[in-house]
Amino acid sequence: MARVRTGARAVGAVLAAALALSLAGCSSTGGKRAEDARKAASAQGHAAVNTPKWTIAMVTHSGDGDTFWDIVQNGAKQAAVKDNINFLYAHSDEAQQQAQLVDSYIDKKVDGLIVTLAKPDAMKAVVAKAVKAGIPVVTVNSGSAQSKSFGALTHIGQDETIAGEAVGEELDKRGRKKALCVLHEQGNVGHEQRCAGVKKTFGGDLQNLYVDGTNMPDVQAAVEAKLQTDSSIDAVVTLGAPFADAAVQAVRSAGSRAEVDTFDLNAKVAAALDSGRLGFAVDQQPYLQGYQAVDLLWLYRYNADVLGGGRPVLTGPQIITKDAAAALKEYTERGTR
Amino acid sequence: MTTTVPPVRSEDPSADERLLRVSPLRRLLGRPELGSVVGALAVFLFFALVADGFLRASSFGTVLYAASTIGIMAVPVALLMIGGEFDLSAGVLVTSSALISSMFSFQLTTNVWVGVLVSLLVTVAIGVFNGFMLTRTKLPSFIITLGTFLMLTGLNLGLTKLISGTVSTKTIADMEGFGSARALFASQLTLGGVELKVTVLWWFGLVALATWILLRTRAGNWVFAVGGGPEAARAVGVPVRATKTGLYMGVGFCAWVSGQHLLFSFDVVQSGEGVGNELIYIIAAVIGGCLITGGYGSAIGAAVGAFIFGMTSKGIVYAEWNPDWFKFFLGAMLLLATLLNAWVRKRAEATA
Repeated sequence: MARVRTGARAVGAVLAAALALSLAGCSSTGGKRAEDARKAASAQGHAAVNTPKWTIAMVTHSGDGDTFWDIVQNGAKQAAVKDNINFLYAHSDEAQQQAQLVDSYIDKKVDGLIVTLAKPDAMKAVVAKAVKAGIPVVTVNSGSAQSKSFGALTHIGQDETIAGEAVGEELDKRGRKKALCVLHEQGNVGHEQRCAGVKKTFGGDLQNLYVDGTNMPDVQAAVEAKLQTDSSIDAVVTLGAPFADAAVQAVRSAGSRAEVDTFDLNAKVAAALDSGRLGFAVDQQPYLQGYQAVDLLWLYRYNADVLGGGRPVLTGPQIITKDAAAALKEYTERGTR
Repeated sequence: MTTTVPPVRSEDPSADERLLRVSPLRRLLGRPELGSVVGALAVFLFFALVADGFLRASSFGTVLYAASTIGIMAVPVALLMIGGEFDLSAGVLVTSSALISSMFSFQLTTNVWVGVLVSLLVTVAIGVFNGFMLTRTKLPSFIITLGTFLMLTGLNLGLTKLISGTVSTKTIADMEGFGSARALFASQLTLGGVELKVTVLWWFGLVALATWILLRTRAGNWVFAVGGGPEAARAVGVPVRATKTGLYMGVGFCAWVSGQHLLFSFDVVQSGEGVGNELIYIIAAVIGGCLITGGYGSAIGAAVGAFIFGMTSKGIVYAEWNPDWFKFFLGAMLLLATLLNAWVRKRAEATA
């Protein structure tokens, strides 16, 4: 019995201590309160038009819980509020599942569809089915080459090869000689195109390194090991914002002097750019991809307007260096850049 | 299938108690798929009420298609579970099958059907490998197939990149035989205004075949015996090794059907896909009343499990809910279905 009581008392003490700590240990900076204050800005307002409430659905190839797609959705939601649109979103990283999701929205008879063509061949049939059913389709993010032939109105996104080429040029400008391209998703065609683009314009030597993007410690360890075995590497290019931070830590613990540069932007990347821990970032403006897609579908329904003249509308690449980073920091924190 | 005794007419009430007439209601309660059928009805009614557009004929076609892509694999996985084993490699094996077929025909520029047949041989051979390793080493199937799962995942990516240069295969849509193969594996029929994918027919066919094997053949009895108690089964002369290997070959065969569907509906195959699907097949089988310890379950139950899966995944879309919650619903459904199964079974056994 005594043992039990000691145990209960210990638990009680721990609980009391935790409570006391959380009361006494309030933070005056950051945290949820600061975030709430910033959040006040996202996706609100009233419809600015008096068109009927149309329904527009977006189906992407995103995996579960990817911050990039949150930004795309934020843009789409903001446009949906302004355009009096009921915005629906679904995603799957399996091609077959993504196609089935599009199928279900066609069954639902939505007024417009936004799809990504990361795996174009899998989406061909359903996009054709949607077009046949009279649903206007806009493709975003990936699939600039296929969008038109599949019958979509417009493609909004970044050409991955062009973005890669911009990185290659920027690396040359910065006098880099040997770079590492870190691919965090095996089997993603867009990622291969980015690295291939870098290779095309970069004057120095470029190596590809595959890491397991779902396992951050593994990413860091892999980059670190590579830097340790080859000390002549003077630039590390990551393909997604979350991996830039892991690369920075890898560079630090490997004692390397390589500069870390990255594709895409988030709050951490903006802060790191501002403080000089990152060289530069290439942004493709995901907010704009979501916003424009919804807005263009509205324009098409309302006024039969089409943008781009049959060519992709590019939202990137936009090279962001230390100078621009400070201004963007606030936007990344509220989840719109 | 709680009572392994076939229902026999008993002329004499004082005869052997095992030959007692069982009331139809009790027999119904003893069916392994009862829990899942109740669950399926509940899910159907639920989405019919909350999701506008769920009851449309075209939606029904989409739901059935989603169910069939899972259901085709849930059938052999259920049989395997009745036989007391797992197969964690089932998900990527589907991708492997599609990759082999596509790359063989493309690289050697053969008729598409040659690739399809080679793929059949290889996938069934992988099944034999799983079964052989399992029965020879006596290691748990969890470990053996975890090994095959990882090896296949690596092979899919590695070989595809080595051979095609990219992570997806090249299109074979313009090659000889593609049209006829597509007709068999990925065509679409219109039945009374509903567009049905041919996978639905494959699925129904496989469920019927598996049910016949389980309930009407000697091999079916072996499957139950092997899952219920391998030592006892061996003692009464059941070929335990051959039965288990055969079950893995069944998984290989169905993975081939599924893989060819993937290939012929999309022309090209992404080498990194299929990971994680093996659990979905197992979930469908468990919702359908298969016991994780073996010896109990049915193919029809697994089909109902797959149907619940199809309804939930698409119902959430029709109901305009946030898909982030899909996995939560799935988990809750899995728990509820197994609880219901356990409860029904206990009731049925207590009153028997």
